Formats: sequence, C-alpha cells, structure tokens
Amino acid sequence: MSGALPDCEVLVVGGGNAALCAALSARERGARVTLVECAPKALRGGNSRHTRGLRCMHEAPTEVLTDTYSEEEFFGDLWRVTGGQTDEALARLAIRGSAVCVGWMKKHGVRFQHALGGTLHLGRTNAFFLGGGKALVNEYYAAAQRLGIEVHYDAEVVDLAIDDGVFDHAVVAVGGEKRTISAKALVVASGGFESNFDWLREAWGAAADNFLIRGTPYNMGTVMKMLFESDVEKIGDPTQCHAVAIDARAPKFDGGIVTRVDCVSLGIVVNRDGVRFYDEGEDFWPKRYAIWGRLVAQQPDQIAYSITDSSAVGRFMPTVFPPFKADSIEGLASQLNLPVEQLAATVRAFNRAVRPGTFDHAVLDDCRTKVLDPEKTHWARAIDAPPFYGYPLRPGITFTYLGAKVNERANVLMKGGSLSKNMFAAGEIMAGNILGKGYLAGFGMTIGTVFGRIAGEEAAAHARP
Amino acid sequence: MPVHDALVNGERIMRICNACRYCEGYCAVFPAMERRLQFTPGDLNYLANLCHNCGECHYACQYSPPHEFDVNVPRSFAEIRAQTYRQYAWPAPLAAMFERNGLAVSVVLVLALVLAMVAAALILGRTLVAAPPDPSGAFYRFMPPAVMAALFGGVSLFVALALAMGFVRFWRDMGESFADFTRPAALWSAAKDVLRLEYLDGKGAGCTYPGEERSQARRWFHHLTFYGFALCFAATVAGTIYHYALGSKAPYGYLSLPVVLGTLGGIGLLIGPAGLLWLRLRSDPATGDAGQFGMDAAFIVLLLATSLTGLALLALRHTSVCGLALVVHLAVVMALFLTLPYGKFVHGIYRSGALVRYALEKSRPATNVGFD
Repeated sequence: MSGALPDCEVLVVGGGNAALCAALSARERGARVTLVECAPKALRGGNSRHTRGLRCMHEAPTEVLTDTYSEEEFFGDLWRVTGGQTDEALARLAIRGSAVCVGWMKKHGVRFQHALGGTLHLGRTNAFFLGGGKALVNEYYAAAQRLGIEVHYDAEVVDLAIDDGVFDHAVVAVGGEKRTISAKALVVASGGFESNFDWLREAWGAAADNFLIRGTPYNMGTVMKMLFESDVEKIGDPTQCHAVAIDARAPKFDGGIVTRVDCVSLGIVVNRDGVRFYDEGEDFWPKRYAIWGRLVAQQPDQIAYSITDSSAVGRFMPTVFPPFKADSIEGLASQLNLPVEQLAATVRAFNRAVRPGTFDHAVLDDCRTKVLDPEKTHWARAIDAPPFYGYPLRPGITFTYLGAKVNERANVLMKGGSLSKNMFAAGEIMAGNILGKGYLAGFGMTIGTVFGRIAGEEAAAHARP
Repeated sequence: MPVHDALVNGERIMRICNACRYCEGYCAVFPAMERRLQFTPGDLNYLANLCHNCGECHYACQYSPPHEFDVNVPRSFAEIRAQTYRQYAWPAPLAAMFERNGLAVSVVLVLALVLAMVAAALILGRTLVAAPPDPSGAFYRFMPPAVMAALFGGVSLFVALALAMGFVRFWRDMGESFADFTRPAALWSAAKDVLRLEYLDGKGAGCTYPGEERSQARRWFHHLTFYGFALCFAATVAGTIYHYALGSKAPYGYLSLPVVLGTLGGIGLLIGPAGLLWLRLRSDPATGDAGQFGMDAAFIVLLLATSLTGLALLALRHTSVCGLALVVHLAVVMALFLTLPYGKFVHGIYRSGALVRYALEKSRPATNVGFD
C-alpha cells in the first residue's frame, strides 16, 4: 500500500449518473467530495453513457415534455410493469422527484432535446438529453471539475472498511497502486453486477453464457458484494433485470442502443427449432420490448429469430446489422441455420391463421390470428411478400435489480432492519427497491437522478451536521 | 484515404448513427440522415457537406474510440468532403490542384505573380519604385486600366464558371432537379442558415470548436471573414462603377465608398482569418482530418495576405513604393482568385447547396418510421 489519498467528507463510489448527481448535490451542500470511477476516463459514466433520457412526471407541457404525465399515471404504469413488485413510498418519491429535477440538471449544464420532434414518440413521458447520456455525463464531470470535486479514474475500490454498519475508509486501486481514503460518509452508486458472468451464472446457470451485456463492462458488482459481506440488507431477485432482445451479432459488452431490433411486432419470432413461442403483437413495442429479453433467455440456447417480409421494411427503426435476406422462407431458414421444414411449416400455419383486418401499426389494430398457439393478437399479416428478412436475437442485459435495501433518505439498511450510520446508495445498486421486475423506458435515470441527489444531500448532512 | 474507403467508412458509420439517433437534436445532418434507410455515395456526399465539423456529436458519441465501433462522424465527413471537392472540380484535370493547394504552393504562386507583373511593368517601361505620387489615376501608371480589367475580368469569369460548374455537379450528384433549386422558400431558409451560421451557433451555446468546451469564437471569426470578404468584394464593385460609370479614376479618397468599404472589409478580413487560423491550430485533432491542414491554411493565409496588402497599399499609396505595393496586392488577389475553385473556398458553395437541399427535403414527406 502506498500512501493515502486526501481525506474527504463524502466519498462517492461510481462514475455514472447517480454517482455524479450525488457528488454534485453533496458538494452543493458544502461537503468536500471525492468520486472514484473504476473505468478509464474515455469509458466513464457506467451505463448512463448509453441512456437517452429520463422519465418525468409533469402537470403541464414544458419545453422538454409535451402534454401532461401525472403522478398517478406514472405510478400506474410502474405498477403494471412490475406487477406490484415495488416499494410504493420509494417509487412515489422517485416519481415526484422527477417533476423537479430537470431545472437542477440544466443548472449543471445538461441540455435537453426540444419536446417536439424526435425519434421515439416518447416526448410526453420522457425528457431526452441533447446528444444522449454520454453528453449528460460529460456535462456533469465538467460541473464536478468547476465545483472542485476530486475525481479519480481507473480507481477501483478493492476494500471497504465497514464495522457494524459504519463506514470508515475505502481502499482504492488507482493506476495499480492501493491507496486508502477516509470519509465521513459513503455514497455507493457503483451499478449492478451484469458484467460479472460468474455471478450471472450463479443466478441463471449456463444460460448466462449466451447473454449479451448492453452496457459497461465495468459493472462487476464488486462493491455490492462487499456491502453484502458487511451485512447490508439485500433487495431484489438476482435473475431480475432489464433485459431486451437484441441483435445476436452485437458485441459482448457496450453495444448500447443500436443493437435493438424493433421489428418483432411486425412479423413472427421463432426459437432455435423454428417454432413460435409468444404473442408478438400483444401490445405496442415500447410497452413490450422489455419482456423479450427474458422470453428469449427462456428459449433453448437462448436464441430466437425475428422473421418478417418486405411489408415491414421502413416501418421500424433501422438496425445496425443488416438483416439476413432471402427470396423464400426456406432460403432464409438455411441462412439462419434453422430447420427448413419446420420454419416453412410455422410460417404456413401462421399465414393460414391470419384473419382479415385493417393493418395500422399506430393503434392496437384488428389484424390477428385464429386459431393458433400462441396467437398473434395485433398486426398479424401473412408473411408472404418476398424478400424475407431475419434477425437473430439474444437476451441483452441492460441492468440488474439485485441490490442494497434503502429507505426514503437513500440510507442503506442493514440485516435486521437497522440503518447504516453513514452509508447511502443510489442508482442501479438500489433500483431493485422500486423495480421488482419489468421496466419503464427512462426510469433508471429517474431513479439515479432523484436518489443520487437525495443520497448526496443526506451524506453531506451527515458529514457536516 | 482512397475514394472507396472514405465512402465505405461513412456508410458504415451512418448505419450505426441511424440506429442510434441520439444526436438528432444537434444539427441538420442527423434529421437528414433519419430520412434514409440506405446511404448511397450521393447521400454521403450530401451529408458530409451538410456537416459543419463542429465536433459536438463526436464528444457525445457512446461509440467513439476506444469503442470497437470506432465512430467518428466529423472526421469521416471531413474525409468525404475533401473527396467531393476533387470530384466536383471543373475542369476535371484541375482537380489535381486540390492535391497541391497547400500553403507553400500559394506562397510560390503569389511570388510568381509578383515577378510576372514586375517583369511586365519593366518591359512596358514603367517604374514601380520611386515614382513620385500622382493624385489622379496614379494606379494606372503601373498597369493600364484595360490590362487590369482584362486580367481580373478574365480570371473572375473563369472562377465564376468553375465554381458554378462545381455546384452543378454537386447538385446532380445529390439527384436534385434544377427546377427545385429555384424554390424561394428553400433558398430563403438556406440563406438564413448561411448568413447566421445557424449550425455553428448551437442554439446560442456555440459549438465544440476548437475543443470540447463550447464557444462562439469560430462563428464570430467566420462572420468577420465572410462579411469582410463581402465588403471587399463590394468595394471592388463600387470601384468598377466609379471608373466606368462615373469616369472617376483610382485611387479614391479616404472617405469614398470603395475605400470605406474596402477598409472595413479589410479589417474584418484581418481579424477573421487570423482568428480562424488561431483556432485551427488549436483544434482537437480527434474531430478533424489532419490531411486538410494545408488546404485550410492556404486559403486563410491568402485571405489574410489580401487584407494586409490591401491596407498596406492604402497606407503607402502616396509614397515612393506605391507601385510595388500595388503589384504585390494585385498578385495576392490574383492568387486568391485563381485558387478559389480549387481550395477551401468551395466549402461555402457546397455547404450552401446542401442547406438548400436540406430545406427542400424538409418540405417533402418522409416515408420512414421514427421520423416526424
């Protein structure tokens, strides 16, 4: 060990949105703040650098949001996707906090895209960052520098000295050298464990090997594990996460937004055996994209294939990898290494079951199948107009929900229900308190921003009573 | 980078960007990209010339190096732009001048022209140094007005033709019709974008040039350069009118229209290019194409030399070196004109054309999803 880093009042572990919101908020309260980010500068920001916006409650149209999105509607959406697996008090705190955070974000340099226009038709519920999450992260780091927050990159926490729920100091490997750093309060905003395949395998078994990680390779869950070893109370199921079906050709890590494949509802999806397994037209894609990662993860070899014909071209967001393309279903099957006979039979059966209707992708239309198992309940049109297209799909893990239990002050709870004296948590590491399962687009950044600010303020208040 | 590779790389990057679209709020490039599912060479040439090389999208990019996708829109587009300048150049054989339009070549060109003019003056028996001031028609003691008019008129006509032909080639390459080019709404929209430098403004925040911190510096220096150039051009036009329509001979009085316009323009053309050069030298190598420094610097330095020698002529016109000062200024202006169609100047032609095209496209319905 070679020397200590300067003491601080609030130590923030992590370098993404929640960590930065905590560091800035603590600094605004006058605390001396040090932030340690395990990634190098060029890859700083955790999963936040792949985000696009945050879900925001608002009672009237604003410059960055159209119409209104009330607390009740927001909470209703959350209740539906989580099936009620949420801590209502914390969820409402995040929702109400989202109504007032845009001004604070702007104060620290974050810029937003204008509400009108834009790609995803989410301008009512989500405020989009101009340039996306990396631009936001860049602005926050610039603000941190202006405010005199000490930032260390390539700084991995290798030990946390915690005694009976009281944090004393951390040991940080900075550029290969171990340094201690003492602080009066600790904010843990170090993300989930989705980049740690050993841990994923514990939860999912061998299936985990076929998962792709959409975000940072630095979320190894190292600090989370240290918290659990120090008797911090766990929350959430290790198999629960925000997982979407992404292009199987995506990189193992950090593929981000471009790996999405948005044509599921326009065609059919089959598994390795060429067989359909779920209603592709159950609901609008933005409301269903978050269940397909799990659905694919439950299929043999964790792979699936989206099959469309030429009628889908131009009706969904462009993909980064070109689709496989053939003039016949049989030709497509052989390109995708799918059983030719079975895929042809699946498509024939599907086409026969399609009922006449008026196709409209903008509404829950009346194009459906009858009688098929499983049915496709909307946007079902015969797949018969060549060329035919196919995309291979894999589960793409965005972030995990296992984490540390917190209260409404972002204060970490210990086993047995007592509160840690000086440890707070924000972001993905405590998102499982609110997200028991399922996902709402942009809600991760809402939780990170609101609880990051709370954690920073509470940590500063503890450090400077 | 060879022709093929820059377009291949640009197409690869645009496919990534079109699947991401996080940068759609920055400038015209990304909304224009979103109208497309495929990127032909014509599309890429259009998008590359629509790009103002501000760098914002690069700093915001989650796929910039060290990410394996290696996305760098500003550099890729700078490389493609450089190719389009050669591709559209007229007459085609002179496109080779883009390979040799560096600073050194411009200096040599100026010197050659000075020597040629001095030689011509000597052969014609005119004294360039130590000729006593002559209040009326003094400049033409060194070069007869007919020679000056023929020389510069001829060069100007050629330059105008070369630039027009380049534009025609660009417009055709984008697949646009000339009937659409004359649509007043699109021309007006593009004119506003050009004259205000809308896409270097960042909606008031400026742009990330020369580095990651936003500033209005480039926009203001460019304004000084552009409007300085325009004023100097207006001064020339005013002088021509004075000479031919009013029968008044140069040099004109300090408060005459040509001199006032020229002086104001000259000052703009001193500060503007000096500022642009200063920024260029400090610009982040990550967002540019290092191979184009020579072309950028040559144009900037010739602009600077034009204003410097013009103002020097104004200061020295009653001294014994008036003739020499005149010849040097004329040589610099001639060099500037001759290199206009084969250097950085053409960016103004193609960017303006791309902005007209952008305005036209905005008025047409888009067929792709995810675009509104």
